[in-house]
Amino acid sequence: MKQSRRNFLKFAGLSAAGLCLAPATAAMASGGGTSKEGHAVVNSNSLHAKRWAMVIDTRKLNTEEAIEALAETCHHIHNVPTIESDQNIKWMWTGSYGEVFPEQENNFPSEDQEKHKFPLLCNHCEFPSCVRVCPTKATFKRADGIVAMDYHRCIGCRYCMAACPYGSRSFNFMDPRTHLDMDKINTKFPTRMRGVVEKCNFCVERLAVGELPACAEKSGGSIVFGDLQDPDSNVRKALRENFTIRRKPTAGTEPGVYYII
Amino acid sequence: MLEKALKGGPKYWAWIGFLLLVIASGFCVYLGQLKEGMTITGLSRDVSWGFYIAQFTYLVGLAASGVMIVLPYYFHHYKKFKGMVIMGEFMAIAAVVMCLGFIIVDIGQPQRMLNIIFHPTPNSILFWDMIVLNGYLILNVVIGWTCLECERQRVETPKWIKPLAYTSIVWAFSIHTVTAFLYAGLPGRHYWLTAILAARFLASAFCSGPAILLLVVFLVRKITKYEPGKGAIGTLTTIITYAMCVNVFFFLLEVFTAFYSNMPGHIHPLAYLFAGSHGHHELVPWMWTAAIFAILSLALLIPPKLRYNQKLLPWSLAILVIATWIDKGLGLLIGGFTPNPFNEITVYWPTGRELMVSMMVYALGALTLTVLYKIATDVKRELGELTTPD
Repeated sequence: MKQSRRNFLKFAGLSAAGLCLAPATAAMASGGGTSKEGHAVVNSNSLHAKRWAMVIDTRKLNTEEAIEALAETCHHIHNVPTIESDQNIKWMWTGSYGEVFPEQENNFPSEDQEKHKFPLLCNHCEFPSCVRVCPTKATFKRADGIVAMDYHRCIGCRYCMAACPYGSRSFNFMDPRTHLDMDKINTKFPTRMRGVVEKCNFCVERLAVGELPACAEKSGGSIVFGDLQDPDSNVRKALRENFTIRRKPTAGTEPGVYYII
Repeated sequence: MLEKALKGGPKYWAWIGFLLLVIASGFCVYLGQLKEGMTITGLSRDVSWGFYIAQFTYLVGLAASGVMIVLPYYFHHYKKFKGMVIMGEFMAIAAVVMCLGFIIVDIGQPQRMLNIIFHPTPNSILFWDMIVLNGYLILNVVIGWTCLECERQRVETPKWIKPLAYTSIVWAFSIHTVTAFLYAGLPGRHYWLTAILAARFLASAFCSGPAILLLVVFLVRKITKYEPGKGAIGTLTTIITYAMCVNVFFFLLEVFTAFYSNMPGHIHPLAYLFAGSHGHHELVPWMWTAAIFAILSLALLIPPKLRYNQKLLPWSLAILVIATWIDKGLGLLIGGFTPNPFNEITVYWPTGRELMVSMMVYALGALTLTVLYKIATDVKRELGELTTPD
């Protein structure tokens, strides 16, 4: 009895040791003798920048219809649901001058300023408050300046929504699929689940395959997208040649979206 | 000692049964929230925190307030608080349980809660809040339980309790400071962006917390013949009065800064709360009730004649609790989100289901408190120390 138990334990121990060894030997066999971890293959067409930024020419892009058309494209590509309530999701949307630049209002605005609408989206700040407060790093800043989201790590505490001075973040109060036409969704981009925060992602998935953000591509030149750190880039050229302002500069976040007025 | 909570009269069991019923029905609503999402609340894209987080904030103050008894007892050897110390510590435990409960019901993906630990992020104040709250809970459980157990067995408390008690005193200040930092470090939320917020939080905690504690103690006195002693009640009432004076003073400092500077960003939230703006007046009656009740509570607490009137005292305290609760449990959160980042007003009001879930958390706290107080009073009765001699 005792003998057999001892044998059994020996056998079990050896089996367990074997289980630990198996993956290692498998790795040796397939890894061509190196024990380096596998890494993602980078698309050779992908676009890179030291700091992505956007310049919006509001002299050209200033009507509800034009901005809504861009927002619609963006929302279709990213499977953003249309919800008719205060619990809605917005990646790109429209606001009046007073809504977009609340601390830079004038008591006698020009007719244009009063009439014009302005596009709103995440500013992808240099010092994003949302990233500073996120308790799980679910929202984080990439090396290229894009403020990105990990929808699988987000716990839905909504601290980032309280922290964002631009009202750029939305929360999935409900299952977004209940407000999406599931026959028409973009199957290349995930839908989210209820209980997580989301926002504009500067089209990281498009940049990765060498395409510009959808709104910039569709804007007919009124939205310029490029590298802020490169003095010869299209955004730097636009900033050199035009008068631009950014939203709420006093918040100290250094927004990456500039508006030509 | 837990077995003492299992022996009680019919009234005790009826109360426990009632609380369990509230918890069960609230839990059913919470299951609905898990299934449908936070859409069952009155929250929105612009007002993304509401009733849950407001209760959390108020209850952190209740948890911290136990220190107003523990500090004089340990630092100043104020013996008259001897019978109250355990009450303060057990109240802190129940309050932190509710705080954690309100955080859990507020997050959209509670099953991922532990991500805060798996991916520790020291630059997030929420990470530190998690640490200080849980630390405070553990401190109070260990200290309260050990002291009561030693009392019951008529032995000296172990030596390591004292440094732990000193730690818990400092720790109590930290929990409400860190909770204030959750709010006070956000650009674009003018109502919260004030260096005085942590001080305001502590001031309102040190008046409202002991006031709630005293009201509960009066109730316990009715039921169990427990008597904290006239001296202890008097001293605590004095502490409450001073703290409320400081609390009101701090609030008036905010009003001065906003209106004398005439900066729209600072004025707007206050104007919305007390006068309404853009045709929205939802909170005006509430905030004026809070203001009038705050002044009234001071009028009833500052004159010694009224302050030591035991018949009047519960009413004065209740008025104070209502005033501080409206200020912190409604005004603070809504004022922070109003106006929204686009200078517009999105109205928030909790839904019935939101209130049901909140009742569940409150009932859970009441159940914790009932069980702990039952044990404490039974132990003191056995020792013949139910009454603290003056």
